[in-house]
Amino acid sequence: MFQSTARDTLTFRNNRSQTALPMRRWGSFLPGEGVGGGGVHWNGQTWRFLPSDFLAASHNIERYGPMRPGMTVQDYGVTYEELEPHYDRFEKLCGIGGKAGNLNGEIVEGGNPFEGPRSAEYPNPPMHMTFAQHRFEVATKELGLKPFPGPSANMTEPYVNPLGCQLAPCTYCGFCEKYGCGNYSKASAQTTILPVLMQKPNFTLKTLNEVFQVKLDSTGRRATSVLHVDQNGEEYEQPADLVILCAYQLSNTRLMMLSGIGAIYDPVTGKGLVGKNYCYQVMSGADVFFDDKYTNEFVGAGALGMCVDEYNGDNFDHSGLGFIGGGYISCWTTHNRPIERQRTPEGTPTWGSAWKKAVAENFLKSTNVGAHGGSMAYAGNHLDLDPTYGRPLMRMTFDFTPNDRAMSAFLTERVREIAERMGGREIKVSPREGPYDSMPYQTTHNTGGTIMGTSPADSVVNRYLQSWDVPNLFVMGAGVFPQNAGYNPTGTVAALAYWAADAIRSQYLRDPGPLVQA
Amino acid sequence: MDALVGRLIPTDDLGPGAREAGVVDFIDNQLAGSFGRGERWYMKGPFADGLKTQGYQGEHPPAGLYRTAIAALDDHCRERFEGRTFAELQEDDQDAILSEIEDEELDFDGVSAAAFFAMLQDNTVEGFFCDPIYGGNRDMVGWRLVGFPGARYDYRDYLDHNGEPISIEPVGLTGRAAWNVD
Repeated sequence: MFQSTARDTLTFRNNRSQTALPMRRWGSFLPGEGVGGGGVHWNGQTWRFLPSDFLAASHNIERYGPMRPGMTVQDYGVTYEELEPHYDRFEKLCGIGGKAGNLNGEIVEGGNPFEGPRSAEYPNPPMHMTFAQHRFEVATKELGLKPFPGPSANMTEPYVNPLGCQLAPCTYCGFCEKYGCGNYSKASAQTTILPVLMQKPNFTLKTLNEVFQVKLDSTGRRATSVLHVDQNGEEYEQPADLVILCAYQLSNTRLMMLSGIGAIYDPVTGKGLVGKNYCYQVMSGADVFFDDKYTNEFVGAGALGMCVDEYNGDNFDHSGLGFIGGGYISCWTTHNRPIERQRTPEGTPTWGSAWKKAVAENFLKSTNVGAHGGSMAYAGNHLDLDPTYGRPLMRMTFDFTPNDRAMSAFLTERVREIAERMGGREIKVSPREGPYDSMPYQTTHNTGGTIMGTSPADSVVNRYLQSWDVPNLFVMGAGVFPQNAGYNPTGTVAALAYWAADAIRSQYLRDPGPLVQA
Repeated sequence: MDALVGRLIPTDDLGPGAREAGVVDFIDNQLAGSFGRGERWYMKGPFADGLKTQGYQGEHPPAGLYRTAIAALDDHCRERFEGRTFAELQEDDQDAILSEIEDEELDFDGVSAAAFFAMLQDNTVEGFFCDPIYGGNRDMVGWRLVGFPGARYDYRDYLDHNGEPISIEPVGLTGRAAWNVD
C-alpha cells in the first residue's frame, strides 16, 4: 500500500548547510503505491480551496503590502470560479457528504460561510457526528465561530455516482487512514471510476510497472514515449502522442528531473523551476481529556468531524500579525487504534507503570482539536537531485518558515481556546516547534515542484497543467500548487485534473500545441 | 528482551503487562521476518550519523540493531554491576539505565542506544496492542486494558453514545475465544 523505501526514497535535510541523508523508512508522509495510489489509504477529507487561495500573491500583496523577504508565493493562474464546475463534478463522482455554506452566493446556515460560492449542494448529507464533535460544536459556538461538518468521502448514504458505480454506507469502523476500505464506503479510484474505465476497449491499465523516464525528440520540445520497468526488471518503451504524468507529487517532480524536462531550480542563483516552491502542511493541536465522559473514538471514520474556518486563508484580518494564510481547526474522530495512538496528559512518562496507567485511564476519554495550517513558499525550500544516492534519489530541503511558525503559533492559540471550552478535565497542547522532523507522521500533503502559473518565467506548467517546455506533456497532482493552502489537497488536485482534462479534450486534441502562448 | 519489555509495560496492579501479552514472541517473529531484515528500508550507503530530523541512519537493519544493542547493553551492565547482565539487575537499576538511555546520557560502542530504545519502545507498544493474529496482545490483554473492542465491522448502532461507555467484548481478525465451540 505504501511505496517501499528499499527501492526508492528521498534524501532529506532541513537546509543547504546540512548533508542530506536518505529517509531510510517513511515517517512524516506515506506515499502510496499500486493501483489507486494514496487514494486507497486516505481519510477522505475533501475540501475546496478558498477563492483567495488561488490569488495568494496578488490578493495578499494588495491587502497587506509586500511579502516577507524570501517568500516565493505566487498566484495559481486559474481562479476558483473557473474550477467550480470541476470541484462539483469531482464531489459528485465521489459522493462527498457535507453541508453547503454558500450556494450560488447565498450563505446557508450550518455550512462553511467562508467557502466560495457552490453551484450545488453536496451530493450526500454530512457524517453522523459523535460526542467529541458535539462538544466542539458547543465550544466554537460559544466563541462566536460557525462550526460545520467536514466534507467527507466516506459514504453517508447508499450512493450511485454519475458513472453508475455503487458505494455503500460507511459503518464507522475507524479503519480509513492507512487502510483500504473493504466496504465500498470510501471514494477511491477503485470504487468510483476504474470499474467503468476497465470496460472500455481502448483502456489498458498496466499494474506493477513504474515509469522511469519520459523520452523527448531531438528538439527537446516533444515527448515521444515513456520508458517503464516491470517487477522483473524488464524495461519497455511505450510510444505516445500525449503524455500525462499522474504519479504522486514527489514522483512527478523526480520524473521531470530524470527526464531532463526543464531546468532544476537552484536556490543560490534563483535559476531553474523544477523542484521550486516545495511546500507542506503545518499541523498542530491539543488533546482534550475528560474525567467522566467517554469519547469512544473507536467509533470513527476518516472524515467524521466538525470544523471551523474563521482562521483559514484570508478569512480574517492579518494586519499586524506578521504572516499570511492560515488553516481550518477541527475535531475529527478518525479512529482509535491503540497500536498507533496512546494519548497521555502533560507530564506523563513515556513508559513504565505510570505510562500504562495514564494510557488505560485516558484511552476512551480523550479527543483532539487540530489546526491544519497552510504552507507558504520560500526560496530555500525545494527539491533537486542528490548526486550521492541512487539513480539519483530526489533531495528534499525543507524547514518550517518564519511565516509557517507565526501562522502556526496563532492557530495553536485558537485551538487552545476551543479545547479549553470543551468541558474536559485538562488539555495538552502540541504546538509546532523546532525544525521540521522528517520522521513523526504529520501528513501526506506534499506540494510544489512542478508549479503552475501564468508565465514560463515562473512556472513549470501553464494554467492547463501543460508543460511550457514540452506541450504534449501535462502534469497532474499537488506538485502544481505554487504553495499549499490550509486544506487537505485532494479536492483541488481533482478539480485541477478535471479542468486540465476538459482543456485537453475541448482544445488540445483539436489543435495540439501550446494552450497558452508564452 | 523479557526484562526490557517487562520494564516498559510492567505487570502491575492494573494487570498483565508486556510479558503476559507475548510481546517478546511478537518482536521475535517480526525480527525473524522481513521487518527484521529491513527489506522495506533503504539500506544503501554511504552512512552517516545524521541529525535527529533525519531519522534512523544506522547500518543495522532492525534485527542487527537489536542484537548489537542488547550485547552492548549487557557489556555496560556487567562493567557497572559486578558482572551482572541487564536481566539480572534489580528493577530499580533496570529503570535507571533505561532512563539514562532515553535521556541520551548513555551510549554504546558502535550502535546508537537512543535509536535502539526508540525502536524497542515502538515495537513493545506494537506487540502489546497488535491484533492477536500477530502473536502479541495475547488474550487481548492490551485491548482489555484500554477498552478497545478490536477490529469490528459496524459501529452505526453506537454513534449516539453521547459520552456514555460502550460495553462490548473485543474481537480480533480471527474472532474471539467465546466464539469457539469445543
